[in-house]
Amino acid sequence: MLLQRFLIRLLTMAITLFGVAVVVFVVIRVAPGDPIAMMLPPGATDADIARLRALYGLDKTIVQQFFIWLAGVVRGDFGTSISLRQDVLGLVVNRLPATLELAIVALLMALAIGGTTAILGARERGTAVEAGIDIASGAALSIPDFLWGLVLILLFGVLVPVFDISGRVSPQLNLPFVTQFYLFESIVRLRFDLTKDLLAHMLMPAVALALPLAAIISQLLKQSLKEVLDLDYVVLARVKGFSETQVILREALKNAALPTLTLVGVQFTFLIGGTVIVERLFSYEGLGNMAIDAVINRDLPLIQGIVLVFALLFVLINLSVDMMYALLNPRLRHG
Amino acid sequence: MNALAKSCLDIRDLSAVLPNGLRVLRSVSLSVQPGEVRALVGESGAGKTMIGKAVLGVLPPSVRIVEGDMLLEGEDLGKLQPKARRTLIGARTALIPQDPLTALNPSRRIGPQMTDRLVRILGWSGEKADTRIRQLLDEVQIRDPERVLKCYPHELSGGMRQRVLIAAAFAAEPRLIVADEPTTALDVTVQKQILRLIAQLQREHGTAILFVTHDLGVVAKISQKVSVLYAGKVVEEAETAALFAAPQHPYTRALMAATPRYTDPLASLKPVDEAVLAGLAAEIAAADQAWRHPHG
Repeated sequence: MLLQRFLIRLLTMAITLFGVAVVVFVVIRVAPGDPIAMMLPPGATDADIARLRALYGLDKTIVQQFFIWLAGVVRGDFGTSISLRQDVLGLVVNRLPATLELAIVALLMALAIGGTTAILGARERGTAVEAGIDIASGAALSIPDFLWGLVLILLFGVLVPVFDISGRVSPQLNLPFVTQFYLFESIVRLRFDLTKDLLAHMLMPAVALALPLAAIISQLLKQSLKEVLDLDYVVLARVKGFSETQVILREALKNAALPTLTLVGVQFTFLIGGTVIVERLFSYEGLGNMAIDAVINRDLPLIQGIVLVFALLFVLINLSVDMMYALLNPRLRHG
Repeated sequence: MNALAKSCLDIRDLSAVLPNGLRVLRSVSLSVQPGEVRALVGESGAGKTMIGKAVLGVLPPSVRIVEGDMLLEGEDLGKLQPKARRTLIGARTALIPQDPLTALNPSRRIGPQMTDRLVRILGWSGEKADTRIRQLLDEVQIRDPERVLKCYPHELSGGMRQRVLIAAAFAAEPRLIVADEPTTALDVTVQKQILRLIAQLQREHGTAILFVTHDLGVVAKISQKVSVLYAGKVVEEAETAALFAAPQHPYTRALMAATPRYTDPLASLKPVDEAVLAGLAAEIAAADQAWRHPHG
């Protein structure tokens, strides 16, 4: 039963990814712009162009191209980047950790800020504290992540320059890392000097990405908490002698977190989507930044590779949210 | 009554208002002696549950107490700091809630929900709390405590859950239990068993109970004293036997007439008389007038 559900789940994931692959493949070939024209100097002959097209397989029909590419993907060969002349898989794998670290740090920030303000707001419901939290979350939500990025650059990069506003790490540093997960590896290696430098670079883009999500978490979780706090078992816990904070943390939070959790899953995929522009703003060397370069250069294989990796990430996030939902809700586990 | 004997619960002139100024409790006075069951009876909206919640300190935020004292074993609850009051209420009182289906946390197992007060508020060891809970589960006639303690609430029937809640209420040997319509949400067949169970545990443990109900049949079975409530005002107070033998207030008589009897259901289900309601309205108006203008 459980195995069957898991297999069905895997099959849907595969179909989703296939659909994404088809759409991306077709769209970027139908859209205007020719990668070959951008590679050659002005005055190249038609023969040169035709030769180069044949070299990258662009002289075949879209259907033929798709199946050639798909056959490669199945073998783990995502093709060669047209603009960078390197293996696409290698490029993507190299850049993905930077984006993952940024997204995860942003998510943790959003959970910490959103969760704390939601709990505080629920505990102080009906007071000025709650009103203040509502106003702050309203403001955080009405400004999109890239605009927060610009605001932060202005504030802490230009007016009061306390943080680095460009790149992932200070270029003069000697990096001993063997993986691309710089932040995690610096912590594992206890090189906290490097951790500090990495975080100083990551802080502003992460905050920009985290603020809108933190506001959503804060509003939804606070609302759910307030509803749960009127329920009988919470009243009973108060009669037992537990304080309001204990009641929220021990009785209410887990049950109130379920709707928020589903939403966080969906919103986390939006957050990862947001990394594309925010990474660009902060010249952060992640996958999103590379995606923009790939689109500008009409680097078809690279765009396909990046989009497919993003799609895989989204599918995996949805899967883990479903699993966590079952874990938190005992009534689903036996169903 | 001996004025020196310390009541288990003493409520004096308790008044509470809604934000719009409406009084929901009108100078309520009542007392519960140690080991005694005091029934609070009235129709829905009469404020009987509100009194229980006021004692336990869990009134909804919109209801504000404006006057009166509540003394729990001589300690004035209104004069205590919030934390001290909470701990005192946690240590000396318990609640048997109305709806066992919503009174247990759906995502926590039964065991920890029953022991948490003993361990975390009263400071018992986990072992002692565990032994105590098993003892109480036996008293409420749950035969497989091992399984029940490991269950989540949705795995138990309504009657079983109410047994669990009753066991948890008696576990810490509270001096006072507020039972808030504990049988209303249950099946008719289960109602009797649960009521008998509460009565039996009450006798064995000698616990005072403030028993909130709308059912005069239940009042007759379980209580020694009764207060009849209408619109947040105590209209009659008496020993239970005396009340049933000779109800003094017209409203009490009307309530009794409205109780269904199986022998003659149609004749027995009388709505409360218009004249009685008019008399009550005048009585309430006079009380409010006196309350607002105590010297005029």
